[in-house]
Amino acid sequence: MALLNQSVTKLTNILEGLPEMPFSTMEYMLLCTTIYNLFVTKGPPDYSELLYEKYKKSLMDYIESRVLPPLRSKHDEYLLQELVQRWLNYKVMVRWLSRFFHYLDRYFVTRKSLPPVTEAGMTCFRDLVYEEMKGKIKDVVISLIYQEREGRQIDRALLKNVVEIFIQIGFGSRECYEVDFEAPMLQDTAAYYSRKASKWIIEDSCPEYMLKAEERLKQEKDRVDHYLHTSTEQKLLENVEHQLLSVNENQLLEKENSGCLALLRDDKVDDLDLMYRLFSRIPEGLNPVSRLFKQHLTAEGTELVNQAENAASSKRAEKRDAADSPQLVLIRRIIELHDKYMGYVRENFQNHTLLNKALKEAFEVFCNKSVASSSSPEMLASFCDNVLKKGGSEKKLSDEEIDRTLDKAIKLLSYINDKDLFAEFSRKKLGRRLLFDRYGNEDHERSILTYLKQQCGAQFTSKMEGMVTDITLSKEIQSCFEDYLHANPHAYPGTDLSVNVLTTGFWPSYKSSDLTLPDEMIKCIEAFKKFYDSSTKNRRLTWIYSLGTCNINAKFDAKSIELTVATYQAAVLLLFNSADRLSYAEIKAQLNLTDDDMVRVLHSLSCARYKILKKTPTTDTVSPNDVFEFNSRFTDRMRRIKVPLPPVDESKKLIEDVNKDRRYAVDAYVVRIMKSRKVLGHQELVLECIQQLSRMFKPDVKLIKQRIEDLITREFLERDEEDTSVYKYIA
Amino acid sequence: MRRSSTRKTGSAVPVNPSSGSSDTYRSASSKAVSKEVERIDNLFYAYADASSGLIDPEGIESFCSDLEVDYTDVRILMLAWKMKAEKQGYFTLEEWRRGLKALHADTISKLKKSLSELEKEVARPTNFSDFYSYSFRYCLTEDKQKCIDIESACELLDLVLGFQFGPQVDKLVEYLKHQRDYKVINMDQWTSFLRFCNEINFPSLDNYDAELAWPLILDNFVEWIRDKQS
Repeated sequence: MALLNQSVTKLTNILEGLPEMPFSTMEYMLLCTTIYNLFVTKGPPDYSELLYEKYKKSLMDYIESRVLPPLRSKHDEYLLQELVQRWLNYKVMVRWLSRFFHYLDRYFVTRKSLPPVTEAGMTCFRDLVYEEMKGKIKDVVISLIYQEREGRQIDRALLKNVVEIFIQIGFGSRECYEVDFEAPMLQDTAAYYSRKASKWIIEDSCPEYMLKAEERLKQEKDRVDHYLHTSTEQKLLENVEHQLLSVNENQLLEKENSGCLALLRDDKVDDLDLMYRLFSRIPEGLNPVSRLFKQHLTAEGTELVNQAENAASSKRAEKRDAADSPQLVLIRRIIELHDKYMGYVRENFQNHTLLNKALKEAFEVFCNKSVASSSSPEMLASFCDNVLKKGGSEKKLSDEEIDRTLDKAIKLLSYINDKDLFAEFSRKKLGRRLLFDRYGNEDHERSILTYLKQQCGAQFTSKMEGMVTDITLSKEIQSCFEDYLHANPHAYPGTDLSVNVLTTGFWPSYKSSDLTLPDEMIKCIEAFKKFYDSSTKNRRLTWIYSLGTCNINAKFDAKSIELTVATYQAAVLLLFNSADRLSYAEIKAQLNLTDDDMVRVLHSLSCARYKILKKTPTTDTVSPNDVFEFNSRFTDRMRRIKVPLPPVDESKKLIEDVNKDRRYAVDAYVVRIMKSRKVLGHQELVLECIQQLSRMFKPDVKLIKQRIEDLITREFLERDEEDTSVYKYIA
Repeated sequence: MRRSSTRKTGSAVPVNPSSGSSDTYRSASSKAVSKEVERIDNLFYAYADASSGLIDPEGIESFCSDLEVDYTDVRILMLAWKMKAEKQGYFTLEEWRRGLKALHADTISKLKKSLSELEKEVARPTNFSDFYSYSFRYCLTEDKQKCIDIESACELLDLVLGFQFGPQVDKLVEYLKHQRDYKVINMDQWTSFLRFCNEINFPSLDNYDAELAWPLILDNFVEWIRDKQS
């Protein structure tokens, strides 16, 4: 026993740094043997138990005498340092002692189901030291963390060691760490950052705040890496994110001069980037961001529309299609806006769904507004027309740029509700481009159709593709016709004729009047007809004179000038070959034109830029009492002039036609849906209908209701007797 | 025009020949029945037109004056309903018999008395919706006619619903006359008017939802009222 005490004392002294000789091998062996002997000695007293108790008691004494006093007397950092030191020492103590008492582990411990000696030793430390000091230690650590957060340097290694203690004292479970240290630390963190956030939110601008937040988050991660347990990382960061980002999010983003809206306004791309990075960390963090993004975009877009509206009303009624008309400028600006913010979404917002959605919804709001009675589908169609036609607004652009512009323009179509209206306007304008040879480049025509097909499906573009093909085919037919005339000179009608043969289904419907043609033209028509009938079977030709052009040689007093005019205009002019003066009534009688056409044609010849005819009286408008005379004194410095005939504004009719088609479409879809579902409630039917039609247009709920009622009257559907909001299909 | 298949004889309905005492009661009651039927028939012929064998509008007019009820009165319509009369302005013998038998009325005075009972009967909810639908069909005078013009519809509404739903009917009639979208009313719309009166709070209209399956004409009506209120 004495030997034992001696050895313990010796060990203690060594640990205390008192002068002492290290254990020699002999001493060590002696000690172990003694213990062994004690152990194997049978009979009372049972030395094993005594030894175990002795072991524990030695440690407890050691703790009481050497460990606790210094700890109790120290504070702050010194306390920690002391703790670490004591802990290390203690571990050594336990290690040595357990070596001495190692034999106990073999039999006694298992027999008595006691914890093994090492564990018993550590438990002593925990129960006597840790339990008493943990609170204080925790407080010190937390206050050191506070200091570090406030910018002071602290001894990180020390903290790391202390944290290690918290972890190791759990003997495998991290419970002590989590309960005694982590939880209070997190609470303190929350309080700390809550205070910071409250301060910053008042003093700092949004970008400044965000920078600080990002900085702090980095620091905290750093902290974990250096001296906290990795399992703390997520909890800590979430804690900080919550305090700094979640709590004040709305207030922060809505800051008047520096919040989200301001950043968007001022194109502060980097700050927006930061904003995205930060708020994508917290749950639902991007909701306010996308809300504000949408708000901003909607405002910008609507502002553009308003500007266009103001410009349109202040200018006098100019051609809607003019390259610099407010409507086209608007489209161009909207495309630019789209590019810009799409860029933001892709690059700064990582193409996140919420922000994509916000952009889409914003654009849908203002892309459906009209300007000065031009609806947005019409404006977009005019824009594309301008790009595609010869001498259009984009003549200075390269092919590639034109292609890109078209691509971007068609992307806008996805935001426009009335896609079918766009299709009709486009078709109409395509017709004019193709027929009056105003299309710039067939490749561009084809590529816009490709983009449209991608956006809206093949059904959308099949007709327009047919139109383009028709023109190509027409060219072939024309060359065959010319060959035919070559081969049959007697069939030549006296005037050169070229014909575009169109397939009715593809082209928009054109009004054609029963114009009484001049003889020269009649001959041409008949010659072609003969040719065409001989080379095809079962085809009927309907002539659309309203779309034709004519080159006329006009012999004026000064010189002959070749006039390029529309067929109607030509018909009028040719009348003056056989009469010098003709009244309105006479012209009308001879040509069989409507009054509207009469006024239009005569105006273009007598009141516009080129006065080919003299009108009496010389007012600016044509009236049924006017008399017209060939203006032989007319001249121009050019040898060839084009006398334009302004087209009729058919947009109203076009819209009517589209509305009619819509009624049919709704009918068809309602019947189709009911046929497959047999029985369906009203609201579901309406929703289903809207959804299926959304590719073409956004049906008005009233329209759908109206069509349903019509279908009930026509006995396709009936209401259920029990529940009047349910419809049944009548087979 | 539907003609009944009865002949124009005045002879009575054949009576079961009484045979034996057990049939005495039966014969007595059937005698009473046959008497009733005879009186009903006689009443019919009093108003019927000799050549057509039906009571025609003229006959109805005199019938009504005898009843001391105006021929535009809703009770005549109720009577028609009870008779299940098919053609407006005409009663066949079968219809006549059906109606009067059901009312247990074989004289004018009994008929007069039965009218108030009839009104109560019609007012019962199950009967009323049937009566309401009937009144619309009754106005479809032409073959294959499916709708009635606005004017007639308004009159009918007033007649049939005016008592129970006065304010709604007044407003609805005002609207129907004012609007231009619809020139006729079909059965579906007609049925919905009654539903509207029964289900929708008036004049607040707060529980009306245009998203539901109400016919468009009622959506427009509600919108019109709301516009006027604001």
